Amino acid sequence: MSQELKVGARLKSAACTTEVVVVKAPTGAVDLRCGGAAMAGDAVAGREPLDAEQAVGTVLGKRYTDNESGVELLAVKAGDGSLSIDGRLLTLKGVKPLPASD
Amino acid sequence: MNLALVLEMVASGLGDQTAVVTADRQISYAELQELAGRAADLFEADGASAVFYLGTSHVAFPVSLFGAATAGIPFVPLNYRLGAKQLDHMVASHPGAVMVADRPPADAWSSSLVRCYERHDLLALLDEQGRASRQAPASDDIERPAVLLYTSGTTAAPKAAILRHRHLASYLMGTVEFAGAEPEEAALVTVPPYHVAGLANLLSNLYAGRRIVYLESFDAALWLDTVRAESVTNAMVVPAMLARIVEEVGDGAVADLPTLRSLSYGGARMPASVLERAFEMLPDVGLVNAYGLTETSSTIALLGPDDHREAFGSEDPAVRARLGSVGRPLPGIEVEIRDEVGSVLPAGGVGLMFVRGEQVAGEYAGSSVLDDAGWFPTRDRGHVDDAGFLFIEGRADDTIIRGGENIAPAEIEDEIHAHPDVEDVAVVGVPDDEWGQSLLAVVVRRPAATVDEDELRTFVRDRLRSSKTPDEVRFRDELPRTDTGKLLRRELVAEAVDRPH
Repeated sequence: MSQELKVGARLKSAACTTEVVVVKAPTGAVDLRCGGAAMAGDAVAGREPLDAEQAVGTVLGKRYTDNESGVELLAVKAGDGSLSIDGRLLTLKGVKPLPASD
Repeated sequence: MNLALVLEMVASGLGDQTAVVTADRQISYAELQELAGRAADLFEADGASAVFYLGTSHVAFPVSLFGAATAGIPFVPLNYRLGAKQLDHMVASHPGAVMVADRPPADAWSSSLVRCYERHDLLALLDEQGRASRQAPASDDIERPAVLLYTSGTTAAPKAAILRHRHLASYLMGTVEFAGAEPEEAALVTVPPYHVAGLANLLSNLYAGRRIVYLESFDAALWLDTVRAESVTNAMVVPAMLARIVEEVGDGAVADLPTLRSLSYGGARMPASVLERAFEMLPDVGLVNAYGLTETSSTIALLGPDDHREAFGSEDPAVRARLGSVGRPLPGIEVEIRDEVGSVLPAGGVGLMFVRGEQVAGEYAGSSVLDDAGWFPTRDRGHVDDAGFLFIEGRADDTIIRGGENIAPAEIEDEIHAHPDVEDVAVVGVPDDEWGQSLLAVVVRRPAATVDEDELRTFVRDRLRSSKTPDEVRFRDELPRTDTGKLLRRELVAEAVDRPH
């Protein structure tokens, strides 16, 4: 199930408790999944089974990226599923810490 | 990312950890979320169009800010030191708002304010109120204005800059790792809520999971005591505060602040002598110079701890000079220096600074000042050196044109500051029939110092050249400054015009 992603939109996993907010949106429609199940704004956690092959989990406050589409997601709720776009697993974005300025 | 979502994330991730500490009350992240949710219910019941906050930094500040964000209306912090006329004007500019204040409302506000809550009454009311009707924001919309922040107005009347949720979120995500602070970290905050540094500071420390300790009014001895008593690890000060801290510690002494790891400063130019003294008295503390504007959602360039150490330890004048820079732009921020006709200047060229990036708002009520390509004219003058360090000379509007020559006051001020008898100095341009503008230096002498006009003029002429030597030197007990230490040059010019020599 492909969908257009909009910056700021909040999407939920149907296979676990993961919720993400779109930080960078790709151009065109993509198939965004978590734990193997399609993500949607009104998805209900636990309605779909969690794919054991896609169950590394998401961590609150971490960002996940896909180089090919340019998508970047922020996990605003943690869960057991792994995020994927068009079948590719997203990677955890490394953050170069800045000195605290304020 | 909406600010209410930031609150939801910290409440779910950090829950019972202490979020904010003030003298009379402290709250956890979960309590902050609950109180903000109740405040949102209250503001909605009032039908409020916006939430004013008039007061010092207190638990009521984040409660009001996130209450407004949860209700989907803008938060408008006001400078509590402004006169009645300016406050009346600001209040009248946002009809239908509620106010959270540390004082009773003025009669003049009754026609536009829906309701005014005295700060402690608001908290008492929220404590009594039933559970918040929701934990989620009214809207995930990131385009809505989150905060309307009045600029400090050193060169013109204050203007309300619009910071939308997406600008503040970009700043947070670009500079802070969520829950990245160690559990023992605590930030001591002395900047007021109506300043962009006070706002950015609150958001950054919450997002990092660093306990925030508010000092409602600054006093150097109290600041030092609080760092020790609260085991503070991070602090942010404006130059005038650091000058007083350095004085309080005393010449040659090392400040005994074993927990302090990071001290950031910004808001105005830091005198070199104060910075050197701070480096000596805090040998194990990382110094950070943060530069930003209200319209850029706070910090856009940083001179970090390693930059400071390298510069202090260097014999190379170019490296040493970086102590006077604001460091390098943050990742995601682009900087261009342009000349008067808009051509981009190479490294070393002095001109007007333009910035671009997702956190750059550059918008006031009703109009954006970003150009088509998204560049914001900061109206600061400066240059970038070969290594990418950014140097700010001052506001473009402060540039003095004497006999056709552009003169940045900062260069002359730095020279005069180096005189041992001088405590503070400002150089301004005064209308002059012969030169267009003449140079006036207004000097604050150190206690018991006797330096006079002739001596100071000779002092500058020996170091710079005659066209940069002040035409006149006046003495004053202190200089007019904003709370963050920004010089109010226009007051000095007005004074000189009113009372010619």
